[in-house]
Amino acid sequence: MRLRYVVDRAGKYLLLLPAVFSIVVVFMIGLFTLLEALPAFRQIGLGPLLLGSVWRPTMESYGLLAMIAGSVLVTLGALVLGVPLALGCAILLAEVAPAWFRAVVRPAIELLAGIPSVVYGLFGMVVLVPLVREVFPVPGNTGFGLLSASIVLAVMILPTITNIAEDSIRAVPREYKEGSLALGATHWQTIVRVILPTASSGIIAGIMLGIGRAIGETMAMIMVIGNSIIFPQPLNDNPLTIFLSQARTLTGNIAVEIAYATGVHESALFATGVVLFVMIILINRLAYLLIRGRLLTLYGGGQ
Amino acid sequence: MSPNMERLDWKWPASPSRRRWLQRTAFGLLWVTGLISIGILVLIVAFVWVRGGGQINWAFLVTPPEGGLSGEGGISTTIVTTLILIVVTVAIASPLGIGAGIYMAEYATESSRRGIIPILVNAARAGVEMLAGVPSIVFGLFGYALFVTALKLGFSILSGALAAACLVLPVIIRTTEEALHAIPQSYREASLALGATKWQTTWNVVVPAALPGIITGIILSVGRIISETAVFYVTLGGSHNMPRSLMDPGRTMALHLFYLATDTRAFDKAMATGVILVVSIILINLSINIISRRLRAKVRG
Repeated sequence: MRLRYVVDRAGKYLLLLPAVFSIVVVFMIGLFTLLEALPAFRQIGLGPLLLGSVWRPTMESYGLLAMIAGSVLVTLGALVLGVPLALGCAILLAEVAPAWFRAVVRPAIELLAGIPSVVYGLFGMVVLVPLVREVFPVPGNTGFGLLSASIVLAVMILPTITNIAEDSIRAVPREYKEGSLALGATHWQTIVRVILPTASSGIIAGIMLGIGRAIGETMAMIMVIGNSIIFPQPLNDNPLTIFLSQARTLTGNIAVEIAYATGVHESALFATGVVLFVMIILINRLAYLLIRGRLLTLYGGGQ
Repeated sequence: MSPNMERLDWKWPASPSRRRWLQRTAFGLLWVTGLISIGILVLIVAFVWVRGGGQINWAFLVTPPEGGLSGEGGISTTIVTTLILIVVTVAIASPLGIGAGIYMAEYATESSRRGIIPILVNAARAGVEMLAGVPSIVFGLFGYALFVTALKLGFSILSGALAAACLVLPVIIRTTEEALHAIPQSYREASLALGATKWQTTWNVVVPAALPGIITGIILSVGRIISETAVFYVTLGGSHNMPRSLMDPGRTMALHLFYLATDTRAFDKAMATGVILVVSIILINLSINIISRRLRAKVRG
């Protein structure tokens, strides 16, 4: 057998090595996190861990509900503020704005998606927090809290959602648009009735990616959300003042406490990681179902 | 028309003039939202730029930070730490990621394969897909527990680099696989028909053609390491001193910004560090654009 055939054979196994190693790494991360979280699930119990609203490691009390509420509320706030802007921006860039406008704006938005989150967090600390404190003179409002954090997150997910939504709007076949226009629909009717429904699965995927980024964000949240371990509640009679309340996110909980945590406390932080992971998988699953449901209503349940 | 379709129906105004008016209003609103979003983003970058840019000079780049609560000094040690971290992380992750990507794209797809390999490959794809959505702090947690505590590497550059390698490994595997899939099948067939072995075809024909895509993946990872903070917050130790070995703790530029803002409230220095970070990201984006333009030219030519 000539040398090159030997090399050919050996090469295949040489490449199998990093492949197997990568798989091992990938699964080790999941396994290791689960194993470390196991003592917490066993000693604290799933119920008290998920539904307990008091987190006080010094008193052996580990309830994640306040942090789950913090993560969910801040993500909701970011979506309410960010998604309309991102979608408007995407439709504008893909359908309405002239080519030169897109040529300038699109690379800028791509760049902004890559800026480190601490830079956005810094802006939040220096500009937003004092602003929120001034604008809403409610007793107990420090400026640090859900509102400032939601605004920072909204700005962070804006480029992500805009880029993906614009791509999926552009991917709609030209014939669809031409067909609609030829039937006498205005451009706006075509956008609402033909283009957006066709692009909806891509748009939802973009929003999901935004949600994933929002729930997973750590450092920018630590910088502006205040980090108190309290269940967010309204500061006065107006229920909307809940957004002026301080809070802590699941991610922030891990980052702030891991360096000095030992024993059950450390294990409880791994459990926090598992909860985060499960939340993200559930959201992705939900998105998949939503997209499928939406496509079925649009194109009929024929198949 | 199915009942579902009727529910989605919305009565449009019948007269053409009303419909044109509606369209003009809607487009006006779109311009408003678009300009607001772009305005906000430009405002943030401009604000950081203006407040931080003024303090950047040669001395800022080459002086070490004083540390403690003063917030004085420059960022030289953090630049060095960031660079070392990039080199070590890429050195660990890219051979693994590129090798795995090549195997998955070139060898795992052989259709005659039966047995455990296809199952493993599908599991790997699912795992890589899943890891891409995992928040970075979970990688930090894993890195802290495994490298810092269990393997006794302590808070060190090595611990940080190993954790960061886990973070960027899925990125490199994915971009490598995609780059190889983009190479036309005819390239491989032509090479094999000339008598080259699969190994020769892979290394002399397919990989060189896919190189720009593979390099893009590595540059993306570098960008990820520069902007990542959470992983390093829990593995790197945060010392502002110049690292003398891989076992020393350190802080990256992004981490330095975080400490300046939260611990010492030295906002102006933090802004200046932010400007350096933004400039690095701009350079990375530019290089990716140049490479992908090359790639497109190559495919067309």
